[in-house]
Amino acid sequence: MKRFAKLFNEIDSTTSTNSKVDAMVRYFSDVNSADAAWALYFLTGQRVKRLIPSGHLRQWTMQVTGVSEWLITESYSSVGDTAELCALLIGSLRQSGVNPEIKAEELCLHEWMRDRILPLKEMEHEEQRAEVLKWWAELNEFQVFILNKLLTGAFRVGVSQTLVVRALAKVSEIKGVNLTTAEMSHRLMGTWSPTPESFDQLFEEGSNLKIESQPYPFFLASPLEKEVEEIGDPSEWQAEWKWDGIRGQLIRRGQDVYIWSRGEELITERFPEIAQAALTLPEGVVLDGEVLAYRDGKVLPFSTLQKRIGRKKLSKAVLEDAPAAFMIYDLLEYQHQDLRELPMSERRKQLEHLIEGKSQTFQISPVIEFDSWENLADKRKESRSREVEGIMLKRKSSPYQAGRRRGDWWKWKIDPYTVDAVLIYAQSGSGRRANLFTDYTFAVWKEEELVPIAKAYSGLTDEEIGKLDHWIRRHTKDKFGPVRSVDPEHVFELAFEGIAESPRHKAGIALRFPRISKWRSDKKPKDADTIETLRELLHEHTAAH
Amino acid sequence: MLRVNECGLFCERGGFYVDPWKPVPLALITHAHSDHARWGSQHYVCSERGLKLTQHRLRDETQSGVQIKQNPQAANSKIEALPWGKKQKFGDVTVSFHPAGHILGSAQIRVECDGEVWVVSGDFKRNDDPSCDPFEVVPCDVFITEATFALPIYRWQTGEEIAQDIFDWWQLNASEGRPSLLLCYSLGKAQRVLAELTRLTDKTVFVHGAVESLTKIYREEGIKMLPTKSPAEMDKKYDFSQDLIIAPPSAYRSTWMKRFKGVDTAFASGWMRVRGNRRRKGFDKGFVLSDHADFFDLVRTAKETGAKKVLATHGYSETLVRHLKEIGIPAEPLKTHYGEVEDAAPAEQHA
Repeated sequence: MKRFAKLFNEIDSTTSTNSKVDAMVRYFSDVNSADAAWALYFLTGQRVKRLIPSGHLRQWTMQVTGVSEWLITESYSSVGDTAELCALLIGSLRQSGVNPEIKAEELCLHEWMRDRILPLKEMEHEEQRAEVLKWWAELNEFQVFILNKLLTGAFRVGVSQTLVVRALAKVSEIKGVNLTTAEMSHRLMGTWSPTPESFDQLFEEGSNLKIESQPYPFFLASPLEKEVEEIGDPSEWQAEWKWDGIRGQLIRRGQDVYIWSRGEELITERFPEIAQAALTLPEGVVLDGEVLAYRDGKVLPFSTLQKRIGRKKLSKAVLEDAPAAFMIYDLLEYQHQDLRELPMSERRKQLEHLIEGKSQTFQISPVIEFDSWENLADKRKESRSREVEGIMLKRKSSPYQAGRRRGDWWKWKIDPYTVDAVLIYAQSGSGRRANLFTDYTFAVWKEEELVPIAKAYSGLTDEEIGKLDHWIRRHTKDKFGPVRSVDPEHVFELAFEGIAESPRHKAGIALRFPRISKWRSDKKPKDADTIETLRELLHEHTAAH
Repeated sequence: MLRVNECGLFCERGGFYVDPWKPVPLALITHAHSDHARWGSQHYVCSERGLKLTQHRLRDETQSGVQIKQNPQAANSKIEALPWGKKQKFGDVTVSFHPAGHILGSAQIRVECDGEVWVVSGDFKRNDDPSCDPFEVVPCDVFITEATFALPIYRWQTGEEIAQDIFDWWQLNASEGRPSLLLCYSLGKAQRVLAELTRLTDKTVFVHGAVESLTKIYREEGIKMLPTKSPAEMDKKYDFSQDLIIAPPSAYRSTWMKRFKGVDTAFASGWMRVRGNRRRKGFDKGFVLSDHADFFDLVRTAKETGAKKVLATHGYSETLVRHLKEIGIPAEPLKTHYGEVEDAAPAEQHA
């Protein structure tokens, strides 16, 4: 625990990415594989599910510290993280020092997991409480914080997956295996269990493919921020529509089919019709594509696909209302051969050959014919009516790379919709936005009344957030728990990608992916848009399909 | 006896204001921070220990080494000082100044009339601080307290412990060839750090111009601190990798900072107790060092004054009020403008 706490502290007390990587390399080289496996598990954002609900931690903290519940709630708004809140309160109210007789901090990470934390799952509430209280008494404040993080699982350390991969690739050099970051990132893909064996496997000589279900790292496009002419000659590029669904990787190996989302979540069971159709593919095939709601040769809006997401049980009605298809972009593996190094044009040829005559559930993302950038720009205007987000540009000669690499894949998105809305509620954020009002609710006019239409969290600069926070604190009208209502004074331009009917919302509509695009300090609240404007937009939007 | 009007905290029977936010004829000043000592009043009274800082603040105020505003009346305004505990009459009101332990010369102001005593704490702290006189408990009927850190997550370690942490951080950076830039408020916090560190070293510390002019006044008042120097005095090629540099937060990411290659930055403030506050600002490290009382000292002080009523202002005043009521001390929030000058986001305040 002591060594892991030290790693956390080292990562946490520098903003330099090199220092963070160095700290991880030192850690992985210092500790045994069992510890390293768990550390890696947490550093890559995985969590032990259903261990201790954070509400229980708060309750127990209340009991050991004697601080009233309301005061704990007030404090939470300033901290924004239950694990940290409880550690700070315990640290602040501790009567005596840490019991020096017990060497809890000497137990190493995997012993903590194996002997203490994982067995909690099998315990009754009272027993869990007794255990956790005992541990709190044995650790110093910072270690209590780390323990609480392990217990609640929300382990955001301030290192990205890319940095962890970089550190592991360096460790492989030390071990004499010399893996590139792309190889290491492939080895980390998929379901990864925190055992010493799986950690050691990361550094074995030979193939990257360890298990049948393992996906390849996704290649991600970068937004096209320059003029399209600047990327070169049109003849070197292939254009496709930017489909608006769930990016997925379909694996057909052995007897099975696996569909992975970009967030490395297995979604096979949510799309049984795709999984079923995939069984007709030859064995040893991996496809990159987009899961879409699709019927009779037509792509359905994202809101239709949403009916399939977040549902545990798929009823017959849902399957009928929102049938899914797989729009294929790329062929990554064929006849068990990794094709990623081939030029895209070559992979595409093989893909077309493979899919020919297969089920309608498999569509190949069509190539948009164009002879000049101007010509393509014209076609891009059809995006909305085609239910796509814009155009993808892919260099014909490009290999399939790992992660977000600039240069070969660009997304050329259409401009979002906008609306001018008034800020009416604010709430403080969590994590690095704790103690600052950063979560806002915006409203438009419905006759004389302002009706909320969207919540937005992003889009302002740190400076603007500071300024707005200052203003909110001085113009609070009312408090509802953590939410404050403020004087309707500031107008913001919100950008959003789509609009749909929604009986669950007071305004009867829901905006897709709203964010703040501009602080319209030139506008007064009366200049904000009305619900009618949005309704008209909704009709246009629906009519377009 | 005291009430808030549009200019500040007003004592009608004494004809004076305490720390007014608008120009008034007679202003009693608790301490020289800019949200308490503001320009434009005709006549000021402050503690004798704080006279030089108050004069500096009101007459030759500079920020980040640059003269930002010249008040035409400033030269004409009169600043008078009272030694600790000396009683002076204003109308039929008796006034005296008592140390608040916040920064050099910071005072609580005791106001007495017809046998009733009110105390305005200004900003205060109870922790030991070698750069100012320690807080004195002044018994009273009504205590006007600050509430900057009135949440139970805020509990301070001693200045000595934090100075050790700062020193260790500096030495670790030096061993790895990195300059150490400590950002903290230029009045009070910077001098406290320089004074605390004398226990551990006698090395020279580099300070920003805004810090230097105030440090000079502290030295004139006899406060023992580490020797200081301006980075500008050094040769262009001078290597700062072994040094500690102290600057106000406004210098962060400024061109001034550019000459410290590979610098590690830390911020010293009570707000640094919360991880999110530090990460949001992008500092490498945070030291939890505050010139305000922590939650436990706020509550303890309210009890020790024996006040029949506590008025809380600035920061988490409503939280403190509710808690005091729960433990049987009548309390109410008092809305003032203190704490508003430096900016709203807690991390930007000088706390």
